[in-house]
Amino acid sequence: MADVTHDAAGPLSAAEVDDVELYHPKSWITKYVFSQDAKVIAIQYSIVALAIGLVALVLSWLMRLQLGFPGTFSFIDPDRYYQFITMHGMIMVIYLLTALFLGGFGNYLIPLMLGARDMVFPYVNMLSFWIYFLAVLVLVAGFFLPGGPTGAGWTLYPPQAILANTPGQQWGILVMLVSLILFIIGFTMGGLNYVVTVLQGRARGMTLMRMPLTIWGIFTATVMALLAFPALFVGAVMMLLDKLVGTSFFMPAIIAMGERLAHKGGSPILFQHLFWFFGHPEVYIVALPAFGIVSDLISTHARKNIFGYRMMVWALVAIGALSFVVWAHHMYVSGMHPAFGFFFATTTLIIAIPTAIKVYNWVLTLWRGDIHLTVPMLFALGFIVTFVNGGLTGLFLGNVVVDVPLSDTMFVVAHFHMVMGVAPILVIFGAIYHWYPKVTGRMLGDVLGKLHFWVTFLGAYLIFFPMHYIGLMGVPRRYHEISGMAFVPPSAATLNEFITIVALIVGAAQLAFLFNLVWSVRHGRPAGGNPWRATTLEWQTPQTPPAHGNWGKDLPVVYRWAYDYSVPGAAEDFLPQNQPPTPQPA
Amino acid sequence: MGVAIVLALVVIGSVVFHFLSPWWWTPIASNWGYIDDTIIITFWITGVVFAAVVLFMAYCVLRFRHREGNRAAYEPENKRLEWWLAVGTGVGVAAMLAPGLVVWHQFVTVPKDATIVEVVAQQWQWAYRLPGADGRIGASDVAHITPENPLGIDPKDPHGQDDVVIQGDNLHLPLGKPVKMLLRAVDVLHNFYVPEFRAKMDMIPGSVTYYWFTPTRAGTFDVLCAELCGTGHTFMRGNVVVEPEGNYQAWLQQQKTFAQLQAPASTQAKN
Amino acid sequence: MVVIVLFMVLMAILAGWWLSRQGLADKPWLEVGVGVEAGGAKLPVSPTAKVGLGAFLVVAGSLFSLLVSAYSMRMDMADWRALPMPTVLWFSTGLLILASIALHMALIAARCDELGHLRSSILAAGVCSLAFLTTQLLAWRELAASGYFTAANPASAFFYLVTAIHGAHMLGGLVALCRTSVRAFALSATSPPRAVGKLALSVELCALYWHFLLLVWLILFGLLMRWTDDLIAICRGLLT
Repeated sequence: MADVTHDAAGPLSAAEVDDVELYHPKSWITKYVFSQDAKVIAIQYSIVALAIGLVALVLSWLMRLQLGFPGTFSFIDPDRYYQFITMHGMIMVIYLLTALFLGGFGNYLIPLMLGARDMVFPYVNMLSFWIYFLAVLVLVAGFFLPGGPTGAGWTLYPPQAILANTPGQQWGILVMLVSLILFIIGFTMGGLNYVVTVLQGRARGMTLMRMPLTIWGIFTATVMALLAFPALFVGAVMMLLDKLVGTSFFMPAIIAMGERLAHKGGSPILFQHLFWFFGHPEVYIVALPAFGIVSDLISTHARKNIFGYRMMVWALVAIGALSFVVWAHHMYVSGMHPAFGFFFATTTLIIAIPTAIKVYNWVLTLWRGDIHLTVPMLFALGFIVTFVNGGLTGLFLGNVVVDVPLSDTMFVVAHFHMVMGVAPILVIFGAIYHWYPKVTGRMLGDVLGKLHFWVTFLGAYLIFFPMHYIGLMGVPRRYHEISGMAFVPPSAATLNEFITIVALIVGAAQLAFLFNLVWSVRHGRPAGGNPWRATTLEWQTPQTPPAHGNWGKDLPVVYRWAYDYSVPGAAEDFLPQNQPPTPQPA
Repeated sequence: MGVAIVLALVVIGSVVFHFLSPWWWTPIASNWGYIDDTIIITFWITGVVFAAVVLFMAYCVLRFRHREGNRAAYEPENKRLEWWLAVGTGVGVAAMLAPGLVVWHQFVTVPKDATIVEVVAQQWQWAYRLPGADGRIGASDVAHITPENPLGIDPKDPHGQDDVVIQGDNLHLPLGKPVKMLLRAVDVLHNFYVPEFRAKMDMIPGSVTYYWFTPTRAGTFDVLCAELCGTGHTFMRGNVVVEPEGNYQAWLQQQKTFAQLQAPASTQAKN
Repeated sequence: MVVIVLFMVLMAILAGWWLSRQGLADKPWLEVGVGVEAGGAKLPVSPTAKVGLGAFLVVAGSLFSLLVSAYSMRMDMADWRALPMPTVLWFSTGLLILASIALHMALIAARCDELGHLRSSILAAGVCSLAFLTTQLLAWRELAASGYFTAANPASAFFYLVTAIHGAHMLGGLVALCRTSVRAFALSATSPPRAVGKLALSVELCALYWHFLLLVWLILFGLLMRWTDDLIAICRGLLT
């Protein structure tokens, strides 16, 4: 590899210096398996995350079958049902969404969008993926160990999580905790990479305020994740010690089923604080990359700069910072000191303001745009609908006294599925349709894509919108069957059947997506380098898919922000970030 | 065109479902009508915002969809508009938060004349304890729990002797009198939840939590556990009966006190 | 959770200060060209490895703040029974201070190109660190011998947890220190200046890491010895 020639006049950024030392693969194994190329790692992360996500999807089918047709599927007993909800929740939140947004999209897009050759610590980046993969394997091992996976609910609240009478208490809870610890270690390695690459690896001319919002979202989310995951780490280690060594961090004196346990003096609430100190930022760790990506999708496909870019950046940072002082809104009815309710309700509702600003700016970007209703754009529109819906029901749950009747009911289930399940997943789909041409050089099938969108979007809305009302009636969440409650009218059973049938259809539609994904690698329409006529750097690579080192001989130089769409006077309706300014006539 | 219509239909369908569907909250049976009012305020504000945003989006998609030769407008930002929207949102948020905090203040301020009812949860059943003639309940601790004393009432505490212990039976409450529910658990987290009362709170082994309410409607209501507590969580049920004072007193007379329950046990032990 | 919130506020202030120098109020759509960036040219560029370590220290800082938070939250409960601290902890504290000083001297030696001093200082730091870990183990044994290794005493569980996590970080640092010392001993007077420069950077990173471990240990030590009780009480008073 030839040494890179530097423009002597300009300041050197780390991205340029590092290329000389860039690791170059020598064999098939180091190129595709133990690869240190962020793009390959990104694909590895994505495939593993989607694969484990499919497992979680099947689990959700099983749960819905039980809720829609109670008693029909006798193998779904309460134990199995709780194991399904626990694994479904944990996989979706951590092993799918967090891993896919940060490990998948982060790895692929950060170097490419910033004009770097790779992540700054490629070896650590590789380790990050393999530790994540190990974490997934350990997690899945729970299904095959005696007693099965843990059924403690994804929140793993002690004392219940480690006691008998909770499924999976022999092995399931252990592998769950070990897997989480591994995940956090692996994530920290990757996360340091993403953050330092954004800090150090930007191409010449790429100031922070020229970064696409995708990078802002991933960057802010990674910083938050690095600060928040230690809380889960501490909680998991402590619970592991409680379970294995018999310490009493979270275990008070207990009589379980008539048996006096040796524990004494622990505090279950302490775990809840640790868990939600991680758990609430986690919501935004998933949401912020989605915010960023959807901003870029809307801007590109509406051929218009994102409205109020500066406000969007400030809002992202503000949401990131505020999300660390709202965690106890998950604990309004946990028995903590009631005075906290005033503080946390206020901070929680304040977060609604920057979030609302983001929503306004998305729809205002559409105003007087030139909207191409491509598949990524459809998903972006679907995201706005579901996110607004889920975000607004969050105002119910964040307002402490309204939360009292609604917490721990199906209303909560409907709310968080809409806001951090459906909405981010729609962005993930949109992003895959958007960047797939860059990753493979071919377009995903359009007809299947549209079918996939309509079934997924409308189906998901039909599943979760009515579910709020089941919760409003007072049906608690995490119930194996909804029966024997005098206040629930019989018609609710019909509604549950309906939800289940729609859920099965939506799940089946994902198979069409998977087929599209695989089929188009070979048979998709060739995409060319920049099929969407987008401005950001990843579309300006010399090869598609980008080769190792991304940029060939010379690194790109950035002359403008990421949103020069439909600039008055320009011949094209987009100006790539690396297009030099035309000399002004004097 | 199609996209815009579907987006509009999503809004219309949601609103129609909200008003016409048979699934709504169960009629209230406590004094927490204010909570329901706050929910209604929140429904109106959020509903208007949802409809406005999605309909605006539908209009944009209809009006500004790509046609040959179209070009988008160039407008990086509009500070005035953005600030107006932010301030408007702030007002909307305050309109939901302020009543919420006022009602929360009532929710956590227990009236002085509230009578005490203790609920003790264990996997997967409810037990209750009412103060005896002295109006106080005795001390308790898991250390005192034995098969004869399942609630762990301190046998040495004189206040505990006349406590009324209710096991394996429904809780009765007098109509129209404020009660303070003291919540205890002996094994894992539970949550004493009666949908008609609109109140709930977790029960934590090792500490005592509480909430208060005034039953305002006579009837028999379901008691549910609202915090995952193991395999039997779904089936941890009970009933609470709200009845006029006279019926309540008649029921209360039939219940046994802690001392009465202990007496046969100690005679047996002596034999 | 006061400690972790304070830590987060500190981080937010740092992040805010950094962001305020990045031209967040600029209107990027008005600026076309390369030379306009606010930071880039003017600010000194830190080595990437150093930035990476800095980021890691923030993560570790969050981890230890959470441990301290959990510890002080538990300590506040009524049934807290304090632990008699083994006196050997004083000894280990001294050792860690020595290790930190030795690494700082190594850094000075590396900057002055004094290879001999560099090697001896690194070795001294390594020996002191290993001795530190050994004394920590002695403290564990002493506590266990006096019967405090019981399930029902949260104070002892916290003691073991906190020292173990701190020790694990020290072990990780020792791996890096090993690699640095191997490079220091492989180096000769004829080595290219680039190699010497890289070594100086490694030594600097080790020194930074050890100072951090020392700072964390001093805070933990203060907490374990219950010197910080008053401070925590004041914090709590401020909050309520």
